[in-house]
Amino acid sequence: MKFRSDVVLLEPMRLLLWAFFFTFVFFVINIGPDWMSSFPEALIFPVAEKVGSGLNWFARDAKIAGVPMQEITRSVASFFDLIIDATVVVLSKGIFTGRGLNVSQLVPPLSWMSIGGCLAIVSYRFGGRNLIVITSIAVLFLVLFGLWQNAMVTLASVLVSVLLAMAIGLALGIWSFKSQNVENVTRGVMNVMQTVPIFSYLVPTLLLFGYGPSAALVATVIYALPPMVHNTVLALKSVPTETTECGVMIGCRPRQLLWQVQLPVALGRLAVGMNQTIMMTLNMVIIASMIGAGGLGFNVLQALRKLDIGSGLEAGMGIVALAIILDRISQAAAQRAANGKHLEPGQRPLWQLLVVWLIFSSVIAFIFTPMQTWPDAWEISTASFWNAAVTWVNMNLFDILEGARNFALLEIMRPFNRFLQSAPWSLVVASVVALAFYLGGFKLAVYCALLMFFILLTGYWAPAMASVYLITISVLMAVMIGYPIGFWLSSQPQLKDTANFILDTMQTLPTLVYLLPAVMLFRIGDVSAVIAVILYALAPAVRYAMVGMSQVSPALLEAAQISGCTRWQTLKWIRFPAALPTLLIGVNQTIMMAFSMLIIAALVGTKDLGQEVLIALNRSLVGEGLVAGFCVACLALISDGLLKAAASKAEVSTIRKINS
Amino acid sequence: MNLNLNYCASLVAASVLFTATPSYAGNVPESDDTIKIMTGDWTSIGLQGEMMQLILQTVGYNAELVVADDSGRYPGFENGDLHISMETWQTTQLQNLEKSVATGKVLDMGETGLAGVEDWWYPSYMKDRCPGLPNWEALKGCAEVFATADTAPKGRYIGGPVSWGDHDERMVAALDLPFEVIHPGTDAAMFAEMKSAYEREAPIVMWVWQPHWLTSVYDGEYVQFPKFEVDCFDDAAWGPNSADTYDCGKPYGWIKKMAWAGGEDVWPCAYEIVRNYNMDNDTLAALLKKVDLEGMSSTDVATEWLMANDDKWKEWASCAM
Repeated sequence: MKFRSDVVLLEPMRLLLWAFFFTFVFFVINIGPDWMSSFPEALIFPVAEKVGSGLNWFARDAKIAGVPMQEITRSVASFFDLIIDATVVVLSKGIFTGRGLNVSQLVPPLSWMSIGGCLAIVSYRFGGRNLIVITSIAVLFLVLFGLWQNAMVTLASVLVSVLLAMAIGLALGIWSFKSQNVENVTRGVMNVMQTVPIFSYLVPTLLLFGYGPSAALVATVIYALPPMVHNTVLALKSVPTETTECGVMIGCRPRQLLWQVQLPVALGRLAVGMNQTIMMTLNMVIIASMIGAGGLGFNVLQALRKLDIGSGLEAGMGIVALAIILDRISQAAAQRAANGKHLEPGQRPLWQLLVVWLIFSSVIAFIFTPMQTWPDAWEISTASFWNAAVTWVNMNLFDILEGARNFALLEIMRPFNRFLQSAPWSLVVASVVALAFYLGGFKLAVYCALLMFFILLTGYWAPAMASVYLITISVLMAVMIGYPIGFWLSSQPQLKDTANFILDTMQTLPTLVYLLPAVMLFRIGDVSAVIAVILYALAPAVRYAMVGMSQVSPALLEAAQISGCTRWQTLKWIRFPAALPTLLIGVNQTIMMAFSMLIIAALVGTKDLGQEVLIALNRSLVGEGLVAGFCVACLALISDGLLKAAASKAEVSTIRKINS
Repeated sequence: MNLNLNYCASLVAASVLFTATPSYAGNVPESDDTIKIMTGDWTSIGLQGEMMQLILQTVGYNAELVVADDSGRYPGFENGDLHISMETWQTTQLQNLEKSVATGKVLDMGETGLAGVEDWWYPSYMKDRCPGLPNWEALKGCAEVFATADTAPKGRYIGGPVSWGDHDERMVAALDLPFEVIHPGTDAAMFAEMKSAYEREAPIVMWVWQPHWLTSVYDGEYVQFPKFEVDCFDDAAWGPNSADTYDCGKPYGWIKKMAWAGGEDVWPCAYEIVRNYNMDNDTLAALLKKVDLEGMSSTDVATEWLMANDDKWKEWASCAM
C-alpha cells in the first residue's frame, strides 16, 4: 500500500473545511432558500422515459444491415434455448413425441444413478475420500427429498451459464491483459455491473430475448461475468516474467505463448474465478426461475406462494446441496491444477471411467426402475415439521416479537427515516462531499458529487434516501452481530469447518425461504425487510471479522504478551488497530451485499429504490427499471469509494503507529 | 419446463388413453405460427392458460405460455406479441379492456362463466369484535380494533401489491375510512400475514379475490360496501360521499377472455375453441386448491381435468374434430 504524504498537508485545510461546512449547515437550516431543501422539479430530467423509449425502439424497430434487431435477438435466444433444451433433455427430461395431451416418453433422461455416480467418481479423483463423502450426501439428499429432477433442470441451466460466462470472461480478461486501455474500461463497467441490481436489467433482457430460459441465461451470465474477467486478468498478471520470457526465447508465437505457456501456468488462479462464477450463478437460481428458467428455484417460489414454508426450505436446501457439489469439486479441481498433478501410475483416464459407469448404470436403471426415477412413495419430507415449528413460534412468541417490532419501528427506524427524508438535499450532498474530501481528496469528492447529482437529476432522491435508511440500519445491525461472532470464531480454530458450512449455507440458501416466516412474525413492512437483509449480509461480516483478526502478525502478539498486556489491552491496542483495514473492507462488503438484497426486500413492501425497480419489472417499464437500478449503483459506488478511502487511511495510520 | 415425476406419469397415462388418436379435420392447424397465451402472477390465469394450451396443442397447433402483467398487457395484445388471454377481470380491468377493444386491434372473446370478486375480506371471528360487520360503516367505529402500533389510531388494511393498480387509497379517502393501506411487494407476503393472523385469531382485514384457495380454506366474508355502479367512478354526486368519486366497493362481475384481433384470420378454429371455452367458480376453486395447497403442478391438474372431461373439451374443439 502506498504511503500518502499529503495527509499531513491536509490538516489546516481540514479545519477550514469544517468551518465552511458548519456555516453552510446553519445557512441551509435557517435562511436557506427553498430550492436548497427540496430539489427544484423543473431541473429533473425525464431520463427514464427517454431511456425506455430508446430501448423499446432498439428492441422492436431498429435494424442492423436491414435485419430487424428483434429478429437478431430472438434468433440468439432460440439458439440459447436449443442448447439449454438439449442439456435438459439429457439430464432431466428425456425425449418425448406428440404434443398436447398426446405425448409419450420415447427415451428416458440419464438416471440419477448415472449422474450421481459420475459426480462421485469425479469427486474421488479430484478430492479423494473426503470429497466423495460430501458429494454422496448431497446427491442422496436431492434424491431422497424428491428434488432430483428439478435439480437437474437447474444444473442444466447452471452448467450452460457457467460455461458461457467462463468463455466470455476469459476472452475479455485476455483482451484486458493485453491492453491497458481495455482494462480500464472493463474494470469500470464490471464495477457498475456488480452493483446494478439484477432486476433492473431483467426488463431490457426480457424485451430483447423474450420470456424463458434464454433470458434467464443472459441475465445470469451478465451477473456472473465480473469475477471471471477480474480473476483472468489477475491470473495472467501473476505469471512470472521469467516464464513468459522463457517462452519468448524458445520462439513461441504470441498465440502459442498465451495458450501453451501463460494460461496453463495461470490455471490455479483461473479456477478461483470459475469457482466464483459458479457461486454467483447459483445465487441467481431463484430470480432466473421468476422469468421462466424452471428448476429448483421454481419449486421454492411455488412452495412459498402457497405458504408451505417447509417445502420451500427443502427446495432451498436443494440449491445449497447443488452449490456445495459444484463448489467443492471445482475447488478441488483448481487445487489439483495449481499443483500440476497428473495421472498416478495405474490410474485410468477419467473419461474412460465415466463412460464405463454411464453404460453400466444405464443398464441397471433400465432393469431396476427406482434407479432411474426414485418412486414418490420412497421420498421423505421434513416439511410438516418445519411448518409446525413456524406455527408454534407464531402462536407462542408472536406477542413478544410484536413488542420488539414496535419498538424497533417506532423508536428507531421511523425517526431515522424521517430524519433522512427531511434533511435538505444540499446538506446531504455537502456532508458527503466534505467527508469524501477528508478521506480521499479532491478526486473522490468530485466523483461522489457527480454520482449524487445523477440521483437528484433523475428524480429518485426520496426513494434513494429510503434505501440509505434501510441499508444503514441493516448494515449496522449485521456488523454489530457479525463482528463479535467473527472475533470469537477466530479464537476457536476447531469450529472453522462448521462455521464455513453455516456461512456457505446462509449465502446460497435463497433469501425468500426466510423472508416469508419473517413476514408472518413481523408483518409486511420495513422490519421484515431489514431482518432479511441483516441475515443475508451477516455472512460477509462474520467472514471478514475472522480474517481480520487472524491476520495480526504473531510477532506483534508475542511482543504484547512480553510487555504484560492483558487480553483486553491486546485487543484494544494491538489486534483491533491491525485488523482495522480488513474490518473496514468487511463493512464495505457487507454494504454491497445489503444493496444486492434491496430488491428482494421490496417483495415484502418497502418504499425505496428496490420497490421502484420491482414495479418497473412488473409493468415492463424498461427505462424506469434501468435508471432506478443505476441509482442503486450510484449509492453503492459512493459508499464503496468512501470506505475504501477510509480503509487505506486506516492502514496508513496503523503503519505510522507501528513504525513509531 | 417444470416437469416432475407426476407429470411424466400422467403423460404416460395420457399416451395410453389416446392411443386411438381421433382424426382431426384436415385444415387444422391453419397455420404453424405459435399461438401465445398470456399467463400472469396469479394461479388461475396460469391454470386456465395451461388448459387452453393443452387443448390447442392436442388438436395440432403450436402454443406457448407467455408471462405478462395484468395491467401492462394491452400494448402486447394490440401489437400481436400476445394472442390470447383466458382472464380479464371486470373488477380491475373493465376500463382498460373497453379502451383496448375500441382500438379495433383487440377482441372481446366473451365471458368464461366465472364470476370474479375482489374486495376487503375478514375472518369470521372478527364479527364479534367489530359489531355491525359486514356493513362497511361498522369499520368507521372499530378502526382501533384493526390498528397496530405503527398505524394507530388508524386501522391496518392490507391491499394488493403496488403494481396491481388497485384504487384502495382513493376508496379509503372517498368513504372517509380511518384506515391506512399497506402494500406488500408480492401476493405471497399478503397470505403470510393472513396465515399468521388467522392462526392466532388476531384482527385482520385484507384484499382477497375469488376464485382463490384462501376462501375455501379460511372462514370469513367480504365487507359490504355501497354496490358498484359505473357512475361511482365517474360521477362525484353518486354514492354516500356526494363530493368524491370511488365511494363504493370494487366492481364484481365477469371474467372475460380476450384476443389479438389479427389472429382471427390466422387460426380461426383456435379462436372458436377459445370462444367456446367455459368454466364455473366451484370447479375452478377445486382445481386451484390442488395447485395451491396440494402442491400439484398446473400442468398435472390441467391434464387430469381434461382427461376426465373429454366430452367437454372435444365439444369446444368440434371445429377441429
